[in-house]
Amino acid sequence: MYADKRSREFYILAFFFAIFVLFLYGPLSAIVILSFQGENGGLTFPLNGVSLHWFANLLETQAVGDFGGSFRRSAALGLMVMAVTVLVSLLAGLAFRRKFIGATALFYLSIASLVVPSIIISLGIGVMFQQAGVQPAWFSSAFGAHLTWTLPFGVLIMFAVFNRFSPSYEEAARDLGASAWQTFRYVVLPMIAPSLVGVGLFGFTLSYDEFARTLMTSGTYNTLPLEIYGMTTNVTTPVLYALGTVTTVFSFLVIAGTLGLIALLNRRRTRG
Amino acid sequence: MATVRFIGVGESKPKRNIRISPKLAAYLQAAPLTVILGVFLALPLLMILVVSFWDYDFAQMYPDFLTMNYVETLGSWVTWKTYLNTLKFAVLVWAITLFIGFWVAYFLAFHIRTTAMQMVLFLVCTVPFLTSNIIRMISWIPVLGRNGLINSGLVNSGLVSEPVEWLLYSDFAVVLAMVHLYTLFMVTPIFNTLMRIDKSLVEAARDAGATSWQVLTNVIIPLAKPGMAIGTIFVVTLVMADFSTVQVMSGGQSASVALMMKNQMSLLQYPAAAANAVVLLILVLSMVAGILRIVDIRKEL
Repeated sequence: MYADKRSREFYILAFFFAIFVLFLYGPLSAIVILSFQGENGGLTFPLNGVSLHWFANLLETQAVGDFGGSFRRSAALGLMVMAVTVLVSLLAGLAFRRKFIGATALFYLSIASLVVPSIIISLGIGVMFQQAGVQPAWFSSAFGAHLTWTLPFGVLIMFAVFNRFSPSYEEAARDLGASAWQTFRYVVLPMIAPSLVGVGLFGFTLSYDEFARTLMTSGTYNTLPLEIYGMTTNVTTPVLYALGTVTTVFSFLVIAGTLGLIALLNRRRTRG
Repeated sequence: MATVRFIGVGESKPKRNIRISPKLAAYLQAAPLTVILGVFLALPLLMILVVSFWDYDFAQMYPDFLTMNYVETLGSWVTWKTYLNTLKFAVLVWAITLFIGFWVAYFLAFHIRTTAMQMVLFLVCTVPFLTSNIIRMISWIPVLGRNGLINSGLVNSGLVSEPVEWLLYSDFAVVLAMVHLYTLFMVTPIFNTLMRIDKSLVEAARDAGATSWQVLTNVIIPLAKPGMAIGTIFVVTLVMADFSTVQVMSGGQSASVALMMKNQMSLLQYPAAAANAVVLLILVLSMVAGILRIVDIRKEL
């Protein structure tokens, strides 16, 4: 449908796209470069020598607060949120394939969960725990707060997946005598596995980076984004950039690992 | 349709003794989501509504039924200015992300020929959005600051004699950072709708003698509207809820409703913050409801 020669429109848009990518990655790379700033260097260019000083600084508790502890809490919380998001979204996705009373209400409740400002949820959960006399903590109140953010994404993704899922595969399985569980386990699950991994990735990264919802709900111990947020106001050395580089590299590794897993699942499925 | 299928299964395999009727199964499957959203979304929102009528002093809240918090909030000129400022950010960021989002999605959907390449380029756009928002925000500081990359470039090239002050800690910086943070929420839904446009429609339009521009304005843009609407919901609600970008990028010189709420919360003025929350929530939900009148999300997924 297109002429073989690229049109002028293509080159203009390709240029626009390249600028957009530069806009996305440019500032991020500035931070990465500056985190290798020399010992006497400041928060801006030029580099005053090259060193690993600020990365070493990260490990000293007094420099940045409790980096190790907050990182462990954020990672654990991310994994918990991921597991629950995958399971609950999958179940809800299956439920939405049939008609049930309240389906529309539940769907719009999920949308509401997405559009209600994070800070309002944070305030509401914080006040609710306070009034109930329960101490908020990252594994209870913040856990619930994060789920209100990750579940709608999971549900919407599962909704999209099942919208495109042909029931004929299940019919074929049943015609061959498979039970409802066998149909799910050996037919449906392998086909939607890559999407579930995607939901898991969303669950983990959204939770790992979330901080507006954690603001009032984390209790005594900070999660990593709260720690970083606190640092933006009182840390004036490149140690902030070193922390940024470390968490970004961690995020990249998580994303790369997940994409690898999705590719592997897809290949295994097509191979048979 | 689904029910018929399941009854069929029940008849052909009567030996299984644990039978959950498909109706019941749907309720059981929907239960976890309902419970979680009920406890961590509906209840807290109800709590906020209740607390917004309470009395408070510097240390505690007292159950009561006062409209004082609303009167104080809505009666203050500062509140109205803050709402206007927040709406200004929302409109600016919305317009810019819609422009960028549409062209990026259009380029990916109609100018990239192979699906593999489409996916690779789409992932290139997506990856930064899965990293920390705060880090991406502060990464602008060494770029925009007084001694930052742009300013030293401008000064060294002789274009300006003094560093440009309004690049960082200004409304400009806030809008720039928000566009940086939220554009993907526009790209993804538009890309999704564009990918579903039947290419033969475009061909038919061309065969009928339409120019590229006419194809774009008469075929593609009308069909992309649902995606634009969903992207708008994301971007507008994210901007309306933002406090961190405004705080960090304006250096405390600009305000947003959520930032006002956050300041009240840090002073333990929860009822005042709750009243603000109720007003903000009504505003955001009516904006979303307005957009949902145009588009049926369930059909667009």
